[in-house]
This record gives sequence, structure tokens and C-alpha cells, in this order.
Amino acid sequence: MNVNATLFGQMLAFGILIWFTMKFVWPPLLAAIDERRKTIADGLAAADRATASLKDASAKSGEELKAARQQSAEIVAAANKQAAQLVEQAKVAASTEAERIRTAAKGEVDREIAVAREALKKQVGELAVLGASRILKREVDAKAHADVIGELAARI
Amino acid sequence: MSSEAATEAKGGGLTEYIQHHLQHNVQEVGGYMFNIDSLIVGFLTGALVLGWFWSVARKASAGVPTRTQAFVELAIEFVEGQVKDSFHGDRRFIAPLALTIFLWVFVMNAMDLLPLDLIAGIVTNAWGHETAHHFYFRAVPTADINTTFAMALVIFALIIYYSIKVKGGLGFVAELFTAPFHAHGIVGKLLLAIPNFFLNVVEYLAKPVSLGMRLFGNMYAGELVFMLIAGLMAASTLAFIPAVLLNAGWAIFHILIIGLQAFIFMVLTVVYISMAHEKH
Repeated sequence: MNVNATLFGQMLAFGILIWFTMKFVWPPLLAAIDERRKTIADGLAAADRATASLKDASAKSGEELKAARQQSAEIVAAANKQAAQLVEQAKVAASTEAERIRTAAKGEVDREIAVAREALKKQVGELAVLGASRILKREVDAKAHADVIGELAARI
Repeated sequence: MSSEAATEAKGGGLTEYIQHHLQHNVQEVGGYMFNIDSLIVGFLTGALVLGWFWSVARKASAGVPTRTQAFVELAIEFVEGQVKDSFHGDRRFIAPLALTIFLWVFVMNAMDLLPLDLIAGIVTNAWGHETAHHFYFRAVPTADINTTFAMALVIFALIIYYSIKVKGGLGFVAELFTAPFHAHGIVGKLLLAIPNFFLNVVEYLAKPVSLGMRLFGNMYAGELVFMLIAGLMAASTLAFIPAVLLNAGWAIFHILIIGLQAFIFMVLTVVYISMAHEKH
């Protein structure tokens, strides 16, 4: 256990080991640790940001949904209104058309009646002339008495 | 193996066995005496553990670490945390220094857990009893006062270096005479200069001495207890089983000592160097 030159040998060895650790062992390991710490910190920060942006996005989407709902309600209301309007218009058009058709039909009927009446008048006039000629037992010039017949026919 | 060698040494009894085991393998190189067992084991263990750390450091990735890297990083972060707690300043030198101390002292202490007669047994088997009888080998470099004081002296030099660096050459010398007792008058200053200087010298010297002696004492005592237990194993057949149990118990307890002494050496170094950074 006496002290000898081993002391200096071990001092040298200690010095070499310190130098080696300082130069080659410590820096890369510490760098790796620090870099990983930074990566983890970044990851955590990113996760926080993602959570925040998710909250943001969900709030925004809720808002948009609400707006869309409102808009669709408006569209439906407008459509309903337009449909009612269309029905109303159709109703009016239909009733106008019906009225027109009715008027036209009535005019037609009136005209037919007039024609029939005219034909009937003429026939009655002819019958009257025929009757009168039978009664008079002579030929009556139809032309000569056309005005009489016409007058009679007009009186029917 | 231990009982075998112990029996071999029984010619001179337990005393000779222990004396044989406390003998360093001293070789003379260029007129200087070297304990080559301490030097070889010390440098090999240091190179092995730091080489392992280096191989991990070279492949270190900031991504998902391998288990080995995670383990190494655990050690790094442990040391870094300890240094950060007691030293406030540039840690680029202190932290690797602390890691070196912790790892190196740890592995050198751990050599205490090798079977006491492992080397002796190998030598006996390879070259016979006669060679083994003249072959000395102590496997625990920290149980050699040269190793512990080598480290303590390097740390002492660092303490002085940092003291001078922080306080300046004049400031360092002045502080040797003006602290810890402060006086206001010139007479008082002169009167207190001698006690101050004396206290400072004691304070400075106490640091390396306590560092070196504590580690040496713990490991030397631990080694000695292992030797005594080995002697007990060889003493009688009856004592063999209890001695084995004792040996196991002491080894398990020694695991604590190994780590604790490495830790204490590291922490005290950091504390001393951080004290050197303070001005009184």
C-alpha cells in the first residue's frame, strides 16, 4: 500500500478517460437527449395546437351548420310561397279559361238557336205560303209574294 | 477456487494468505515502481465502460432509443441532474468529468465482486503452484491508494485551477489570508492572516485527502473482509457453508458500497469544484 509511480500512471489514465468522455462520449449523448426532448416538446405543442384548431373547426362547422339550416329553411319557405302563388295563378287561369269556354259555348248555343229559329221561320213561311196556295187553290207566285212571306216569317 | 488457493497458502496460515493477497504486482520500469495490476485493471475497466458508452454515443439517435441507449441515457441524465443540482455554470467540462468519475470508480470498485482467487486460480491452473506462489495480483484498483490519490490529486488540481480562474491569481492568494475570518483594520488583517492561511491550507488539503482516503478505505476494508471470509472457508469443512453464505451476504451488501462510493466521489468532486467557483 506504499505510494509509488503508479500514482502518476493512474493520474494519466484518469486524465485520458476524462478527455475521452468530454470529447467523444458526453456531447453526442447529451445532444441526442436534448434533441429528443425538443422533438417531444414540439410534438406536445403540436398536439395542443391541433386540439385548439379542432375546437375552432368544430365551432366553425357548428356555425356553418346553423347557417345552412337557416338558409334551407328560408329556401323551403320561399318554395312553399312560390308553390302557393303558382297554385293561385293556376286557379285564376283555370277559372278564366272556364269562363271563356263557357262564354264561347253560350255564344255557340245562341247562334245555333238563332240559326234554328231562322230555319224554322223560313219553313213556317213556306208552310204558310203552301197552305195559303192550297187554300187559294192557285199558284201563288212565290217571288211576287216573297216580301209577304218574309214579313210573316219575321213575325214568327 | 478460493478454498483451493487458500489451502495452498495454508502453509503459513491465514496471515500469509492475506498478506499474499495484499501484495501488489510491482514492476520496475525505468527506475520507477509501478503497481501494474492497478494500472492494467484500472485502464482496462475504464476503457471498457467508456468504450461501451462511446459505441452507444456514436450510434445515438434522437428518435426512439434502443434499450442500450436508453440505459446509457439514464446514466447520463442521472449524472447531469446531480451536476445541475450542485453546480451552476458551464457544465461542459464538469458533467463529463462527473460521468467519468462515476463510471470509472464504479467499474473499478465492481472488480471487488470478482472471486477473490480468480486470477490466482487461473495462474495456478496454467503455470502451477510455484509460479502462483510468486505471482501477486490485486484486482481492485480503488483498493490501491495510488489510484484513489491519483484521482484526488487531479481533482485537487482542478479545484486550484478553477479557484484561480474565478478569483484571479492575486485574488486567490489574497483570499488565502483574508478568509474565512474578516477584519477591518490593518492590524486586525495582519493578526488574522496567519490563522486564515493555516485554516485555508487545512481546508484545501482536506479535500483531496478525504476524497482519496474515503474511497481507498472503503474498498480496502471490503477486500479484506472478503479475504477473511475466504480464510473462514478454508478453516474447516464445518465452516464452509456458513462462510459461503457470509460471502454472498457481504457481496450483496458490497454492491451498495460500490455504487455509493462511486456516487459519493462524484458528488463531492462536483461540490468541491462548485465551491471553487464561489468568492468569499
